[in-house]
Amino acid sequence: MVINHPLLGPRDASEFVYLGDASLMDRPNWLDKDAGQKFYKYQYLRDNPHLEHKELWFHEQGDRSWLIVTRNISTHEILTVELAKKFFDKGV
Amino acid sequence: MNKLNPIEDNIIQKNQSKQTPAKLELNNHQINRLKSGKILNNKKISFKFNEEKLQGYEGDTLSSALLANNKIVVGRSFKYHRPRGIFSAGTEEPNALLEIGKNEYQEPNVKATTIKLFEGLESRSQNHLGSLNFDLLAINDFLHPFLSAGFYYKTFMWPKSFWEKFYEPAIRRAAGLGSLSGMPDPSTYDKGFLHCDVLIVGGGPAGLSAALEAGRANLKVIIADDDFLFGGRLNSENFIIDDQIGSEWSKKSVEELSNMSNVRIMPRTSIYGSFDHGIFGGLEIKYDNYIDQIGKPRQILWKIYTKFAIICTGSTERSIAFGNNDRPGIMLSGAIRSYVNRWSVCPGKNVVIFTNNDDGWRTAQDLKNKNINIKAIIDSRKNINLNDKEIPIFKNTSIIDTSGRKQISSVTLSSGEVLKCDCLGVSGGWNPNVHLTCHQRGKPIWEKSINAFIPGKTPSNMLVAGTAAGLLQLGENLKSGHTKAQQVILSLGFKCSSSTPPKAENESANNSSFWHVGASKKRSWVDLQNDVTTKDIKISYEEGFRSVEHLKRYSTLGMATDQGKTSNILGLAVLAEYSGKSIPDTGTTIFRPPYNPVPIGAFAGRSRGKEFKPVRLTPSHKEAENLSATFVEAGLWLRAQWYPLKGETHWRESVDREVIQTRKSVGVCDVTTLGKIDIQGQDAAEFLDCVYTNGFSKLDVGKVRYGLMLREDGMVMDDGTTARFDLNHFVMTTTTANAVNVFRHLEFCRQCLYPNLDVHLISATEQWAQFAVAGPNSRKLLEKIIDKEYDISNLNFPYMGCKKITVCNNIPARLFRISFSGELAYEIAVPSRYGNSMFKVLMDAGSEFNVVAYGTEALGVMRIEKGHAAGNELNGQTTAQNLGLEKMMSKKKDFVGNILAKRSELNKESIVKLVGFKPVNKEIELKAGAHFISLGKETCTKNDEGWMSSVAFSPSLNHSIGLGFIKNGNNRIGEIVNAVDPLRKSNVEVEIVSPHFLDPEGERLRE
Repeated sequence: MVINHPLLGPRDASEFVYLGDASLMDRPNWLDKDAGQKFYKYQYLRDNPHLEHKELWFHEQGDRSWLIVTRNISTHEILTVELAKKFFDKGV
Repeated sequence: MNKLNPIEDNIIQKNQSKQTPAKLELNNHQINRLKSGKILNNKKISFKFNEEKLQGYEGDTLSSALLANNKIVVGRSFKYHRPRGIFSAGTEEPNALLEIGKNEYQEPNVKATTIKLFEGLESRSQNHLGSLNFDLLAINDFLHPFLSAGFYYKTFMWPKSFWEKFYEPAIRRAAGLGSLSGMPDPSTYDKGFLHCDVLIVGGGPAGLSAALEAGRANLKVIIADDDFLFGGRLNSENFIIDDQIGSEWSKKSVEELSNMSNVRIMPRTSIYGSFDHGIFGGLEIKYDNYIDQIGKPRQILWKIYTKFAIICTGSTERSIAFGNNDRPGIMLSGAIRSYVNRWSVCPGKNVVIFTNNDDGWRTAQDLKNKNINIKAIIDSRKNINLNDKEIPIFKNTSIIDTSGRKQISSVTLSSGEVLKCDCLGVSGGWNPNVHLTCHQRGKPIWEKSINAFIPGKTPSNMLVAGTAAGLLQLGENLKSGHTKAQQVILSLGFKCSSSTPPKAENESANNSSFWHVGASKKRSWVDLQNDVTTKDIKISYEEGFRSVEHLKRYSTLGMATDQGKTSNILGLAVLAEYSGKSIPDTGTTIFRPPYNPVPIGAFAGRSRGKEFKPVRLTPSHKEAENLSATFVEAGLWLRAQWYPLKGETHWRESVDREVIQTRKSVGVCDVTTLGKIDIQGQDAAEFLDCVYTNGFSKLDVGKVRYGLMLREDGMVMDDGTTARFDLNHFVMTTTTANAVNVFRHLEFCRQCLYPNLDVHLISATEQWAQFAVAGPNSRKLLEKIIDKEYDISNLNFPYMGCKKITVCNNIPARLFRISFSGELAYEIAVPSRYGNSMFKVLMDAGSEFNVVAYGTEALGVMRIEKGHAAGNELNGQTTAQNLGLEKMMSKKKDFVGNILAKRSELNKESIVKLVGFKPVNKEIELKAGAHFISLGKETCTKNDEGWMSSVAFSPSLNHSIGLGFIKNGNNRIGEIVNAVDPLRKSNVEVEIVSPHFLDPEGERLRE
């Protein structure tokens, strides 16, 4: 696989470490009344979508950016690659 | 042109009538070598087959040279040990698998058809007990009624106890084909990366046509072919392209391509897989005679990044299943043509052709032109537009049986007629090599006009040309290569050249759907390599294996090293017939990489033995070697484990001495391997609050604090100390094992959870060499080496202090007053380049205190004596509560793991707690991994109350001690339980004690 890094251009997937669903960026507030339930869902429950999937990749053998890669998990086609920070600002 | 002219008497073509007719004659014992033709003027090459010295020519493959020497039987079949001969002329070969090389160079299961002959090549037949001509295991052939599909599953079930002792060893002895040397492979393998605009897979007519156009348009082109000679089938045929013979055209095309600097030509490179995003895997064979090339890479595994790929992989001829169709001398009809035309070898003197399509006729014609006797053409079709008055033609006829054990001697026709022969060419049609188009789960589709599967939907940057695309005729084949190249050129924004596609006529390629001879009573082979017959397919189907994927696994059809290249489609056609379904409805099995076998050595490349992974050396490694340290691997690191003195014969002697001397006076240990993360920014303290359970914002500058880090699920991730050198500058340490993971986690927190904090991280593990200086004399030792202006007295540099200092005349250093050993202790860090001399300076300066260098073992002993948790306790399954560190979880702030650590199950009173253990009988040694059972209770899982995580012999207490987790441990101090280790058959009574075996109040730390 090749991931088109927003700053560094196309890089081989072997430079990256995969973490998982990008919803991990959406960490609940600890002060919420039902924080326990929310953290339980955040930590353990994942959607299993067909086709498009937003996922977290870490450019460990590179510039150490965390990236949000939108990938078609059926064809492995990569649709967009964004810096996690930029993605955070937009809202998950 | 070699076109078969419909209904014409004479099929001899004009270009061939010019050739002098050749005769079979004795030629250096190469009795099957033709008198004239290609490669006969090449250099002669000597080689061995089963210790017999033979000769061939430069340009031969091992198989063509064996056939030239009339080696008709070259191996025994997998299951029935039937004599087998060469069947094909390419990578599809199911029979001619040989062992080549000797001793450490021995390589099993090599296809003779793919080995380029070289001087001194040694080859041997395999899979026989006794000689090739008299194989004792041929008994299996007579037992065949018992050895049909699934016989393993049915036969070796009972009695169960026989499996391990009897069945499995016996089967293992009989199974497998060649044997391994059992010695390390002395060859070198390498890996490489290539980039191109377009990769053209296959150097046949379509590939060359595409490469010429792409090359002329100035694209960056790679063209690869697994053969050592480009041209593909053109080398095996007499087709005319642009008014020259095909093999000449391909030679000239390669010449033109090699003059283009933008084209890389890769012969002997098998593209074995197509992967996501235009990446292809290729295996290049650099040296055939690799024994003479030791040290140079024998094979190179290429990872090829492409913008586009044009698949021109051609097609493979398939067989027809009929009675006893596996005898030596029975070959694919196209392969016979290859041997005759490319290598000037004819495998027989009286040849019969059995075909269901026009292509079989071409073999007859080519052989006839070389004056080789064609006994008959047997065509399964009723209506044929071809004729040849010189050859007996049997229309609407098939072969039902053959005879001749070591070489075919006759065929029996469906009409009952028996024809004598010594070679039989079979053509069941051609299958496009769709493999690479399917590696991304593309499904091939059935093309009725050629009775074969052609590529279905491919990734957008993958195009298919030539016979691989189902264009079986040369004219359209060449045109399609050209057209697909033009598509790529335009897509990349380049300009097409003005050249027109190479021209050739379309040969006749009528074909039919005829798969196996139902009238045959005898075994009819589908998969020659795995000995699968039509009967096996029938049995599988009747036993309920309806899906083609199940059929494959039950009958082993297509599962051998040839991956069923000649058998898969035939097998599923036979299955379709039994099931009454159509072939497209039956479908193919999934094509997966590799297309051709790739040696594991090539995947390993240079990463073998010591090069398997990098070794990280500590800064003081050299000095530790001078002190004769014993080293231990800690992840990638090599750390000093202990430093034996002369006369010490047991590691415990060294370790005990190191511990005692450190506790009595002072010891030095390299602790560089602990992760160091430099954390800076206006919000650095707030960031630490987020990732540690305890608070850091209120930590004074010049102070160090122990920090506990959780995963979000509430389990402990890591621990370590973090020093505040400045308001906005912290240095964190992690455990050695978790250095990489913690850094990754912190970057995740920084970029994904708290991106609005102003904080930056960098790993500084390798930039600073760090040493623990521990023991009551540690201060005195350090005072000798640090520059005078720095005061490290207890008053001005108390416990948990940190400061930037200089040592040995202005060398920058960082000093931390922290202790893992429990003694008055420091850690001192200097830039890595000073590490080795720093260690030496400390040892020299300490000599007056009788300083000792200590390794990881003594470090471990001292931390267990002190009751500090380490890797064995922080194993990812323990919480702060388990470790007795619940008070470190701040209630005033959020932190990673905060909420889920509060789950009730993790906070029950009965959870396991970290405590110490000592044996009731002090003589007894404790064992880590033992489980705790209350006295008087039975040893069983239900009564398991916890486990011993770390043990050591404590030289300070003079007995064995342990740390471990036991239910409600903190409330059970003084209780005696059993530490049971059923695996090592030990059961020891132990007393539950405080984990702090030494100095529980921590007075020594603060002295």
